[in-house]
Amino acid sequence: MSPLRRRLLFGIPLAVVVVGGAGFYTILRRMQEDDYDPHALPSPLIGKKLPAFVLPGADGMQGFGNTDLAAPPKPMLVNWFASWCVPCLQEAPMLMKLAKSGLEIWGIAYQDQPGNLANFISANGNPYTRLAADVSGLTAINWGVYGVPETYLIDKQGIVRWRYAGALTDDVVSGTLLPLLQQYA
Amino acid sequence: MRKFILALALLPALAYAQMVTRDGVTLTPGQEARAEDIGSQLRCLVCQNESIEGSSADLAKQLRVIIRQHVVAGDSNKSIMDYMVQRYGIFVLLKPPFIPLTWALYASPFVGILLGFFGFWLVRRAKVEAPAPLSEADARRLDELLK
Repeated sequence: MSPLRRRLLFGIPLAVVVVGGAGFYTILRRMQEDDYDPHALPSPLIGKKLPAFVLPGADGMQGFGNTDLAAPPKPMLVNWFASWCVPCLQEAPMLMKLAKSGLEIWGIAYQDQPGNLANFISANGNPYTRLAADVSGLTAINWGVYGVPETYLIDKQGIVRWRYAGALTDDVVSGTLLPLLQQYA
Repeated sequence: MRKFILALALLPALAYAQMVTRDGVTLTPGQEARAEDIGSQLRCLVCQNESIEGSSADLAKQLRVIIRQHVVAGDSNKSIMDYMVQRYGIFVLLKPPFIPLTWALYASPFVGILLGFFGFWLVRRAKVEAPAPLSEADARRLDELLK
């Protein structure tokens, strides 16, 4: 056996194990740091305008439709949530903080009861300038929403630039959202 | 005559008895079979390794209703699939389409086979050649040792 072949026979499986191990290690580490979610899907809406919809207001607030989001004065968020959703509860303080910092956030309550929604808002505060209700959940399907909470970043041309599925954390906000807001400001 | 008219009037009911109702949509057995076929090729976005047909998630139920409404309306399988892909992306398809993004995926079995052949070739090449025949003296010594 030539030394090269001996080295190859020993080295190739070793290289496969090392590369594979490093890959799995990176995936698991990033999952632990909330940096990577294997269940997250890219949204087909990215780079496009929102599909046509009109939703009624909820909890005494003004509802909205896609035409109201056609050209916002500055980049803004649309947040899908529900009173029955636990991650939405975790995300509520972050939304309040963002709203106080001057970011415009409109909310859509997904398949919610008016009473429960009112309780949720009064208990967790209201970060929303407008609040609509999607009781049937059909608008959510047209947006490709597959769970709550989901947050969409709309730029000044009314184009969807970013979708985040899950509760907004400090890392997501400082690492992704704030740079994007600056980029599209 | 009366009986005949009554039977005639009840005929649509017979057809209705053949209809199936699934998730609140009523359709013919043929339409239901088509809807099931479509639903079993689509991924439930909530329980991501289940099909829409097999999942008990609320969203899957809603999508089953939408599929059945489209089937009843006479839409083609392709247009219903396109409806889903337009909203959820190609991830919703349990069988990924053959597009540049999935080339590596579809090539992987062939790459695996090639790597296997390469390994096989390495091992084959590595076979040690038979040593030269022993000299008289060595052969005698070997016999001595093996006694």
